[in-house]
Amino acid sequence: MSPRTTPWNLDDLHTTAAPLDGRVPAGPIESIWDQHRFHMKLINPANRRKFTIIIVGSGLAGASAAASLGEMGYNVHNFCYQDSPRRAHSVAAQGGINAAKNYRNDGDSIYRLFYDTVKGGDYRSREGNVYRLAQVSNAIIDQCVAQGVPFAREYGGLLDNRSFGGAQVSRTFYARGQTGQQLLLGAYQALARQIHAGSVQMHTRSELLDVVIADGRARGIVTRDMRTGEIQTWAADAVVLATGGYSNAFYLSTNAKGCNVTAAWRAYKRGAYFANPCFTQIHPTCIPPAGEHQSKLTLMSESLRNDGRIWVPRQAGDSRKPHEIPEAERYYYLEEKYPSFGNLVPRDVASRNAKMVVDAGHGVGELRNGVYLDFADAIRRLGEDVIRDRYGNLFDMYESITGENAYKAPMRIYPALHYTMGGLWVDYNLMSNIDGLFVIGEANFSDHGANRLGASALMQGLADGYFVLPYTLGNYLAQAGKSSVDSSHPAFAEVSSEVQDKITRLLAIKGRRTVDEFHRDLGKILWEYCGMGRTAAGLQKALTLIPQLRAEFWEDVRVPGSAADLNQSLEKAGRVADFFEMGELLCLDALHRSESCGGHFREESQTPDGEALRDDAHFSFVSAWQHTGDDALPMLHKEPLEFKYVKLSQRSYK
Amino acid sequence: MKLKLRIWRQANADTQGRFQDYNLDHVSADSSFLEMLDLLNEQLIQAGEEPVAFDHDCREGICGMCGVVINGLAHGPARGLTACQLHMRHYKEGDTITIEPWRAAAFPLIKDLVVDRSAFDRIIQAGGYVSVSTGSAPDANAIPIPKKNADLAMDAAACIGCGACVAACPNGSAMLFTAAKVSHLGQLPQGQVERHNRVAAMVRQMDAEGFGGCTNHGECSAVCPKLIPLDVIGQMNRDLIRAVLSR
Ligand SMILES: Cc1cc2nc3c(=O)[nH]c(=O)nc-3n(C[C@H](O)[C@H](O)[C@H](O)COP(=O)(O)OP(=O)(O)OC[C@H]3O[C@@H](n4cnc5c(N)ncnc54)[C@H](O)[C@@H]3O)c2cc1C
Ligand code: FES
Repeated sequence: MSPRTTPWNLDDLHTTAAPLDGRVPAGPIESIWDQHRFHMKLINPANRRKFTIIIVGSGLAGASAAASLGEMGYNVHNFCYQDSPRRAHSVAAQGGINAAKNYRNDGDSIYRLFYDTVKGGDYRSREGNVYRLAQVSNAIIDQCVAQGVPFAREYGGLLDNRSFGGAQVSRTFYARGQTGQQLLLGAYQALARQIHAGSVQMHTRSELLDVVIADGRARGIVTRDMRTGEIQTWAADAVVLATGGYSNAFYLSTNAKGCNVTAAWRAYKRGAYFANPCFTQIHPTCIPPAGEHQSKLTLMSESLRNDGRIWVPRQAGDSRKPHEIPEAERYYYLEEKYPSFGNLVPRDVASRNAKMVVDAGHGVGELRNGVYLDFADAIRRLGEDVIRDRYGNLFDMYESITGENAYKAPMRIYPALHYTMGGLWVDYNLMSNIDGLFVIGEANFSDHGANRLGASALMQGLADGYFVLPYTLGNYLAQAGKSSVDSSHPAFAEVSSEVQDKITRLLAIKGRRTVDEFHRDLGKILWEYCGMGRTAAGLQKALTLIPQLRAEFWEDVRVPGSAADLNQSLEKAGRVADFFEMGELLCLDALHRSESCGGHFREESQTPDGEALRDDAHFSFVSAWQHTGDDALPMLHKEPLEFKYVKLSQRSYK
Repeated sequence: MKLKLRIWRQANADTQGRFQDYNLDHVSADSSFLEMLDLLNEQLIQAGEEPVAFDHDCREGICGMCGVVINGLAHGPARGLTACQLHMRHYKEGDTITIEPWRAAAFPLIKDLVVDRSAFDRIIQAGGYVSVSTGSAPDANAIPIPKKNADLAMDAAACIGCGACVAACPNGSAMLFTAAKVSHLGQLPQGQVERHNRVAAMVRQMDAEGFGGCTNHGECSAVCPKLIPLDVIGQMNRDLIRAVLSR
């Protein structure tokens, strides 16, 4: 079959009449999780061994789930594409993890964390899920401390907290600038203990290439052993995807090079709904690309905005060195436009404003693709030592990448793709619309609505893996029983032969352009038309360009080497092929949602002040897309969102 | 800039490897070391050759996946940096750069610059954890920990498991890696109960994996991208003696 080159005919868009049900139990929000747990069916500990669970992914979500389910006595198989589970991209999180401990006595509570998260998500998340997230947040910190996670402490020996991402309470726990690493090592060590005990079998350098679904239930997965190329099938009683986000569709992002959408996308193509793909988060403080060779972007912690002042030359095209530009000719655009929040406006506002000034020709640096983040005032006020103490490691990192000394000249920063709120649709039990297929961590869409607050992704990943999935999965297995099929079922042979065919096809093209060239071009389309500012015309353009480029990919890509070997070009080719399909859905969703909300900014929908303007009357729902065939438009299911506890309001940072 | 590269090419563990020379032009001083390898690989693919296989993922010095020996030094010349953080402004026009995989008995080669470091995982599996199952933890502030201990634990816990220490050691020893975990957990009250069993089990596994012994060269700490101090090895040895005596 040759891939479609023409854009979808959007007139064919079909929305199902029946609303999609998130299956949040009824009752007062404070007690639904407890009540739900009480009503769950349990599996006798002695019987758990008979249930096999596949968990794909060993980041915070996957490792915590695998360890916990292993401890409970299930027979767990855990997969990751790296050579060790400890390397999942959760390892790169710097800032911290939220919890409602209220150790600072500053008025925090479960309810406040819940409220802030729903509001921060711009009212596009499910209240019931978010409340539960806030509820289990405290147990996460307890668990991690017990594992030996070396969180920062005060001189009295108790845990330190900081305020993060504009929160008005100090609820963020951190381990220097390496919170993600330390939390992941905690989960990894718990996982290692279960591997040692024999309850978890770990499969490293194993890439999921497809999901097997038969008779409406997830039955297993197909993987490729990245060392030998062997295609293997794995059957189980339930499958859990914990495979992270899809920021890398944009090519340049703060994600690791291997991060991919393949697992979620393959599940989508087999019937799982993909929810809110257009909800992507762009982080304002990343180091701008230095040229075409740029392979990924590096985040500089948001905390830098506490002391750094953001500016550009007032006159477009001004190419003087920063210190040659007098104060009066500097445009401190955030401070001028948002006098009360200034440089601390939320991520999306800071990002959009940076784009505006750069697009208007005020960009700085050789490529004119950044804005200044200037510490000169802070250094004058506090001294270089204080700044070194606060941000020394970040300044070092900046210097190792750019060769510039940020104590002497301002940093250059620019926004970059960072996190994806969208993901596979799941119900309150974290199960997708496919029986037995669960999705946790960044890979699902569940808790962050249209915008994620800082330090809340680590919280969600661990909440899902330690404290939610182990219950809901057990409840499912207790009711559904063991899967009646093993890997001799014809569905496995069918799926693995499709996987083989795709590999054979990619290797046979022998075209002229490399996978990276195509990926870079796809990323440019998405960044240009589906990045910080989106318009109907731009998105329609992207929906025309992507199928064309995708068709070229399938005709002209060059994938060297063989299938039966470690072949990194082949690995990339498979992932990029999926990004090509996923990118189209991303743009479709962005086009369909003609309101602005959170990280999704439709230029047609803004307040007179240029803020994201929601359209609650028409868009207070989750968009869940169902695949209907390679050529056909996907079908839209809507899950209505109701807000019984949190009052809807328009954000304002003036 | 123009560079001469000498890169170790080896199809798999069963075949002979050798150095292959490449000339690479148009390397930007602003690109990272791995982006320089990307550039080479793009050209090799265009020319119909197989690209050089090398491990990498985060490209920001934290996942520990990357690691090659550059002109004889694990992770290259910059102290405290991984290969992915090293930038080409460290080099100049016409330089020759030799790139090899980690070489150690316990890290069998997979292909080109990619080796198998799963022995590290097995050392952790032998005991590098606190046995606390999900749900059984007391309140996080129930046990105060002096800031100094928490900081020392963090210093040791910063290890990224890249394996540079093993590659740099003339004996191929994994003492720094193992001791970093022993020291991290040994600093904390949570780690005390299993302290002696842990060190004994981890060292036993380390030996079983075929890592060499420590003869105090200190190369490990010198190349460590996270600057894990040599002291941790001394601490581990003391713990090990106590573990043996307490049998
Ligand atoms: C630079 C950076 C800084 C951040 N800082 C913070 C912060 O301070 N606070 C915060 O709360 N959040 C932060 N985040 C977000 C947060 O780190 C992530 O959202 C979260 O860690 C994701 O965890 P995860 O377990 O869902 O996925 P990941 O950690 O990405 O793990 C994905 C796993 O899936 C596996 N996998 C993926 N695809 C396949 C496949 N096809 N086959 C087999 N295995 C596969 C991988 O091997 C990996 O084990 C940050 C993110 C980035 C990028
Ligand atoms: S690629 Fe992650 S440390 Fe170098």
